[in-house]
Amino acid sequence: MLVVTSGEKQRPRCGTGRGYDDDKGYLAGARAAVPFALATAVLGVSFGVLARSLGWGIAAPVAFSLITFSGSAQFAVTAVFGTGGGALAAVATAVLLNARFLAMGIAIAPSLKGGRLRRAVEGQAVVDASWALASRGNGRFDREHLIGATVPQYAAWVVGTAMGVLAGDVVGDVKRLGLDAIFPAFFLALLVEELRSGGRRAAAVALPAAALALVLVPFTPPGVPVIAACVTALLGLGNPGRPQ
Amino acid sequence: MISLWATILAVALANAAIKAAGPILVGDRDLSPKANAVTALLASSLLAALVVTETLGGEGRFAFDAKVVGLAVAAPALLLRAPVLVVVALAAVATAVTRAYFG
Repeated sequence: MLVVTSGEKQRPRCGTGRGYDDDKGYLAGARAAVPFALATAVLGVSFGVLARSLGWGIAAPVAFSLITFSGSAQFAVTAVFGTGGGALAAVATAVLLNARFLAMGIAIAPSLKGGRLRRAVEGQAVVDASWALASRGNGRFDREHLIGATVPQYAAWVVGTAMGVLAGDVVGDVKRLGLDAIFPAFFLALLVEELRSGGRRAAAVALPAAALALVLVPFTPPGVPVIAACVTALLGLGNPGRPQ
Repeated sequence: MISLWATILAVALANAAIKAAGPILVGDRDLSPKANAVTALLASSLLAALVVTETLGGEGRFAFDAKVVGLAVAAPALLLRAPVLVVVALAAVATAVTRAYFG
């Protein structure tokens, strides 16, 4: 079953120790992430094709995907290099694009396990789709769901990159097939899920966040609209004592 | 080529550091109720912004194209509680068809 059901998302955490329930959590996360993994593979192929066309060779794009696993940052580097920009500009753009992971990492930190070092390692599993899939509302996250969801996406990203680099010619045009609409459609699906479980408060930040991003897109470098939109979550301070 | 590898390494390290920062700062403490009220809403604001930038975002400008039609088809399908994979497929097909006719 590849369907992300709304029931799955509401499922309360059961069991605290490492054991059967944890395994079920990892598996549920992996299963929920399968559609995202397919989309990630397509994206990985297009990254591989693009990198190859820029003369990056075979090893560099694959190594990049292996050690970074970030579509936004990696595409940003190809964009900067592709338009004649330098290494510093490429790194700065990538940092800007991924600055959102700082906020997401703070949010998920209490739900991870172990000391600071172990939590920092587990935090590497944070990518947009996994983080949103693992969200249980009220600021809680399902750690096993997060890690389980990231594994197939990571594999798909690396394999997709390798396929794009090695066999880019046999892959059709991603845009002609409308495949670039997959990720926004997924994010919209996750947003609707979030709005259904989060109620009026969630809608009250989603609308200004979307509006702010919309206004900023034409005037700011990529990455800034998303970071700025995160600020709308501060509206939660308006009513912090509300019982959940 | 050296500059490429150096950039790849720098981006990988920066990416790992950004992801590690939150968990290292917070450690095993629970967030204060105020901070928790904010992070509870973070998913909504982040996803709303990502929908906008992934649909319309270009290099510092609007890239207004067929994806808008794809998302316009996906939205009502989601409200009718269609399965996510169906919604995503509809969005891709609507985008592809729009491009074939107008692109």
